[in-house]
Amino acid sequence: MKTIDPSPACPLPVSQYPNILMGHGGGGRLTHQLIEDVFGQAFSNPILDTRHDSAQFSVPPGRLAMTTDSYVVRPLFFPGGDIGSMAVYGTSNDLAMSGARPLYLSCGFIIHEGMSMESLKRVVSSMRDAAEQCGVQIVTGDTKVVERNEREGLFINTTGIGVIESSLRIAPQSVRPGDVVVLSGDIGRHGIAIIAVREGLEFDCVIESDSTAVHEPVLRMIRAGIEIHCLRDLTRGGLAAALNEISETAGVRISVEETAIPVREDVHAACEMLGLDPLHVANEGRFIAFIAEPDAARALQILQQHPVSAGSIVIGKVSNVPPAMVTLKSAIGTSRILDMPSGEQLPRIC
Amino acid sequence: MSGDDPLERMGRVNFGGIIKEASLAFVPDAKIGDYVIVHVGFALSTLDEEEARKVFDYLDRMEDLAELKEASP
Amino acid sequence: MKFLDEYRDAGLARKIAGEIHRITTMPWAIMEVCGGQTHAIVKFGIDELLPRQITLIHGPGCPVCVTPLEIIDKALEIASLPNVIFTSFGDMLRVPGSAADLLSIKARGHDVRIVYSPLDAVRIAVQNPGKEIVFFGVGFETTAPATALAVFRAAQLGLTNFSMLISHVLVPPAIEALMSSPNCRVQAFLAAGHVCTVMGFEEYFPLARKYHVPIVVTGFEPLDILQGILMTVTQLESGRAEVENQYTRAVRRDGNQHARDLIGKIFRIVPRRWRGMGEIPRSGLGLSDAYAAFDAEKKFDLAERPVEEPKECIAGTILQGLKKPCDCPAFGTLCTPEHPLGATMVSSEGACAAYYRYRHIVAAEPVNSK
Repeated sequence: MKTIDPSPACPLPVSQYPNILMGHGGGGRLTHQLIEDVFGQAFSNPILDTRHDSAQFSVPPGRLAMTTDSYVVRPLFFPGGDIGSMAVYGTSNDLAMSGARPLYLSCGFIIHEGMSMESLKRVVSSMRDAAEQCGVQIVTGDTKVVERNEREGLFINTTGIGVIESSLRIAPQSVRPGDVVVLSGDIGRHGIAIIAVREGLEFDCVIESDSTAVHEPVLRMIRAGIEIHCLRDLTRGGLAAALNEISETAGVRISVEETAIPVREDVHAACEMLGLDPLHVANEGRFIAFIAEPDAARALQILQQHPVSAGSIVIGKVSNVPPAMVTLKSAIGTSRILDMPSGEQLPRIC
Repeated sequence: MSGDDPLERMGRVNFGGIIKEASLAFVPDAKIGDYVIVHVGFALSTLDEEEARKVFDYLDRMEDLAELKEASP
Repeated sequence: MKFLDEYRDAGLARKIAGEIHRITTMPWAIMEVCGGQTHAIVKFGIDELLPRQITLIHGPGCPVCVTPLEIIDKALEIASLPNVIFTSFGDMLRVPGSAADLLSIKARGHDVRIVYSPLDAVRIAVQNPGKEIVFFGVGFETTAPATALAVFRAAQLGLTNFSMLISHVLVPPAIEALMSSPNCRVQAFLAAGHVCTVMGFEEYFPLARKYHVPIVVTGFEPLDILQGILMTVTQLESGRAEVENQYTRAVRRDGNQHARDLIGKIFRIVPRRWRGMGEIPRSGLGLSDAYAAFDAEKKFDLAERPVEEPKECIAGTILQGLKKPCDCPAFGTLCTPEHPLGATMVSSEGACAAYYRYRHIVAAEPVNSK
């Protein structure tokens, strides 16, 4: 009896497909090859290699932290990083913001039909390198392919689990009047790096995204016994959003000195040109720390010794003067309210 | 700078570290090294350094005057 | 010298402010007619450094804010047509028309694009011969040379798929209209520095004489604005009413001749409606007959529809300087940057948006303490 081979296209090795096809998301042979040859090889570790429906692992003693984030950035590749490295660092950093050591990540890929295999491999390889840097393992994942449309190829979701090794409750609720606010470095680089590529702006020396892992300086502070009350990494909405979120949740006033906030000259110039406020521009490798006043000097010292937070500086203080809001003392000595940025930042023109 | 036709002249302008092209159609006398005011991609005026300093000279003079006033009874 | 940071120096700012305090003996009301200046004043809290007797009134200096509702509606109508690529400066995208704004039209799938320069729109026209490209030409005299050159370039290239929806406005007629209103309390003006880099400041002499108001051409940085105010108050205190130039590093008396020549060639002076102020004769620029082919209002058969402003919006009185944003019952409640009722809340140079973002706390130390 003749049997008809039910498998659809001929099973060429994945390397022979220059672009992702709908079939790669079908769950059949093409999907299997994609997982093996692209993801499996790059992310290989004993947990992932079991290739089971779910990852099984033990965690060291301590409370757990868990976070999830989806990455839809365009362009996929930009000076200083790409969507892959961002996906790993971003989720790792969110864990670090609870004082947790990042351990495991999952990643879900939604790939647009037609995306180049070359680009996908670049992203995956970048994720592997970032994971190594963070000391995390990618232990489980998912792949879907969706119909081609005008948007460039890829969305990534990462969920992360970490372990909190200290007894500190690092959260907005722990913020107290008198706390010192420390910023880990200059702001605005990531947002400008992205907009520069999108709008075709040229720089004397290229502005690179500040996307990086920030858990090491955080863990160092914890191990040194610094009384950290809260941490928040600056992402969309920039420094203004982060400060406002904490002020609102903790119900405190935060006063900040504008002249203390470091902004690189070219980032500043780009913002002026585009009519953007550096305080509202996205970052990917910066965070603010709310430290108990007696430990502030020591915390600053520890942060400044790590390359990722070498530019750390005190930018403000927490008080209980009502109402709860964020205030900014300007370069010419007047004070104003620093509000939450509204909606999409439209470039100013007049 | 490029372009023979004065209205098509474009220049590369340095905005504090960022370089972008702008039309020099309205500032035909602009030379390399000049500072210009740019609006929506067009240079509208060259900055006069001499005049720019005057703001600060004026302030210095103000300070001298204030000191004089304090000195006199 | 890099011409930027030096003009924001705190010590110098307080010095000038201190001098203003020293010479002010009476209450004065000064109006600035430039969105960029409004923005800087509110952002840096310059009005807080001034003596209480000086009131800064924010005039109709934001071209986005004064664009009449009818034109926004026409823009929306054109942008909704198939086969049209509608290009505009970023600021105009969230200005509310009668029913929607350009951003929501864009969200519905129509081709609406932000451009930085009118020349970008011409480029898009060249790259898309099968489509109709329309550029939303909004702005004061500062922007007119750019739109003029874009039209000139389009004509040179023989483009038939390019047109402009024009709403250019001129400053001096607005000042005249304000001064001739019986409610006007303005006693002096800071003239817009960048408008004057193009137009020069000849046109202000007759106004200063006729209405006996000092007019000082002023830049945008905090030190410029403070020095402009100092020069203005000096005149007011001595009863003078002259035209002076604070922004000498960028502005010459006849402005930029090349720009003015091109403007004269491409445009002609027309009456314009200003949102919140009604029609002001000879206060706008429209395309001259020679370039009528590039006029989007003529090209697209647009119906003349009566428009009504939202009842709660008092942008008109704010633009005339008769009320402040905080006087508006809808300010911060029904009307916020996320859901603006009027143009003054949308544009970052609009008085309402500036007040909303930078609401001040009275926390600055008194200036004359030494």
